[in-house]
Amino acid sequence: MIWGWPVPERSLIPIRHLGHRVIESVWRLGVAARFFVLTLMRSGTCARRPHLVIREVFSTGVLSLIIILVSGLFVGMVLGLQGYDTLQTYGSEEALGILVALSLVRELGPVVAALLFASRAGSAITAEIGLMRATEQIEAMQMMAVDPIARVVAPRFWGGLISMPLLAALFSAMGIFGGYLVGVVLIGVDEGSFWSQMQAAVDFGDDILQGVIKSVVFGVAVTVIALFEGFDAPPTAEGVSRATTRTVVTSSLAILALDFVLTAIMFRGV
Amino acid sequence: MERTTLDLWVGLFVAAGIGALIFLALKVGNLGSFDSARTYAVEAHFDNIGGLKARAPVKSAGVVVGRVSEIGFDAQKFEATVRLDLDSRYQFPKDSSASIMTSGLLGEQYIALEAGGEEAMLKSGDRIQLTQGAVVLEQLIGQFLYGKGDAAAGAEGEAK
Amino acid sequence: MPHLFLGGPADPLLVSDALVEIRDLSFGYGSRQILKGINLTARRGQVIAIMGNSGCGKTTLLRLIGGALRPTQGSVRVDGLEVPNLDQQALFALRRRMGMLFQFGALFTDISVFDNVAFQLREHTDLPEPLIRDLVLMKLHAVGLRGAADLMPSELSGGMARRVALARSIALDPMLIMYDEPFAGLDPISLGVTGNMIRRLTDALGLTSLVVTHDVQESLKIVDYVYFISNGVIEAEGTPDEIRASTLPFVHQFVHGEEDGPVPFHYPAPDLAVDLGVARA
Repeated sequence: MIWGWPVPERSLIPIRHLGHRVIESVWRLGVAARFFVLTLMRSGTCARRPHLVIREVFSTGVLSLIIILVSGLFVGMVLGLQGYDTLQTYGSEEALGILVALSLVRELGPVVAALLFASRAGSAITAEIGLMRATEQIEAMQMMAVDPIARVVAPRFWGGLISMPLLAALFSAMGIFGGYLVGVVLIGVDEGSFWSQMQAAVDFGDDILQGVIKSVVFGVAVTVIALFEGFDAPPTAEGVSRATTRTVVTSSLAILALDFVLTAIMFRGV
Repeated sequence: MERTTLDLWVGLFVAAGIGALIFLALKVGNLGSFDSARTYAVEAHFDNIGGLKARAPVKSAGVVVGRVSEIGFDAQKFEATVRLDLDSRYQFPKDSSASIMTSGLLGEQYIALEAGGEEAMLKSGDRIQLTQGAVVLEQLIGQFLYGKGDAAAGAEGEAK
Repeated sequence: MPHLFLGGPADPLLVSDALVEIRDLSFGYGSRQILKGINLTARRGQVIAIMGNSGCGKTTLLRLIGGALRPTQGSVRVDGLEVPNLDQQALFALRRRMGMLFQFGALFTDISVFDNVAFQLREHTDLPEPLIRDLVLMKLHAVGLRGAADLMPSELSGGMARRVALARSIALDPMLIMYDEPFAGLDPISLGVTGNMIRRLTDALGLTSLVVTHDVQESLKIVDYVYFISNGVIEAEGTPDEIRASTLPFVHQFVHGEEDGPVPFHYPAPDLAVDLGVARA
């Protein structure tokens, strides 16, 4: 009975289930936030032993280079093709440079690079840490009086944070080059107007800086999610594999949601 | 992997990333051009600025010589006050005129500076006296319609 | 087996001191009580075995001693310090004097055997690298794996991994080492080696060893005292000889590996005849 109405018990189950799920998610969010703050507080070791961070920059950044550069090139080339197709109908082919550059620098660069980063580096981080938990390595570290958050989590956080904006910039640069390849070299848009119109329209403060800020925020989000999922995963093979998929899904959603929020905030300033 | 090889790769990666950022800033964006030059500020009042926005270019003879830095409102005279930052390399006579133009048919609006004939030059803080507000499409259409109407009435009157 | 250790050999006068004292310890999650009223003493220089069937709370006991879990009731004292009351710093300082050997070694898979053993030395001391190198090689020599120093953990067999883990846990010459199932899954030779090593290290370093195991034969050969845990309480305790001679049904079943006894063979189920439909419930 709910408020005097006879409701069959069975139909309440999915609703109860949903409520339970929501409450659990919110609770987990709180735990994740605390985990994030703890990671920041215990970053002293990273400052004293930068080599730990360098190792992680290699593992998250350098190893993601290939996928970022190749994807950037292809995205830029597609932008060149599609953009030319559309601009042609308005007789504004020379604006191709502006179209490619602005799309990449403001949106596609940070967002797509972050999505790729989440699936490559994010899932790797989750798997690594989840596996360390499953094989009792984290516990062993604790028993040896070494703080696993300072030694394992924090370096990966800073490594990911440093890599993300660099990867986004490389993505955008490759994309613009791809657009140039298709637009100027292949199709024959005027090279001079391609670059000069682009330079006139792309503003450092508004567009490029915006993109960098976005990529930094995405870097934080993806890395924290990946670290938390790995640390929180049940120490079994199944638990780790589930956590890895969760990382990619949650990171992707977070990136897109944050993208909207950031764009709304920053765009209003213009 | 060996410690030194690792460091090398990371160094290359960071250098490449920063290089990409610099490329974006200079070749793609407008950082290399105007903003870093030294500027002096002058003011101009307009009865209607139309769609003029801050950071719009100030052009003379089609060349960018400055930027609009601030747009304000004079509550006494009910006009728009626009502050222009002009490149220190270029001096303009005191009687230069500023008008708001549109680039292309439906493009963004900018300020066109036409040099006057005076000997004295504009200094920082001076005010450009001769201004021409933006052309508002509705007013233009209204003028056209009434102009047509007047011409028709005139022709009718003459025919009578 | 000639080797050098940082500490000296055991001082016979100190052997009677209690290093680990557990009084009336209880621990549980909500309604599940895992341990009830445990009383346990481990003296310096002793090898203590904690036995019982799987899931009886043996590993939980080790975690309570190490301060990873907090008891709901009772006291856990290590070297005179009340473990649950220690703050982070003091707990970490205490842990540096304890070593723990995990069931499968728990070696750090991304670094070499050498770096694994050197881990604690590098993290907790400011010793120069050449000195650390010497110490690590000596520890590895003590477990017979000095030649494997440059291998990665993935290249080691189970027994070797556990020996490296042992070398790692004695890196800072702890006063107490806890072994979580050190004999599980080893071949007969490794069993003998491990057992002997536990005993020899304890005697040579003057430390205390707590061995959680259900390998009766190996452990009875090397330990000084045995505690039997069943259903969260200490069912029996005594010296190896007393245990072997014990007539308590649980101990007897355990020691002689009997199929049925206080620990039943059949998982609780209705009568077979009822299940087959031959008789009525």
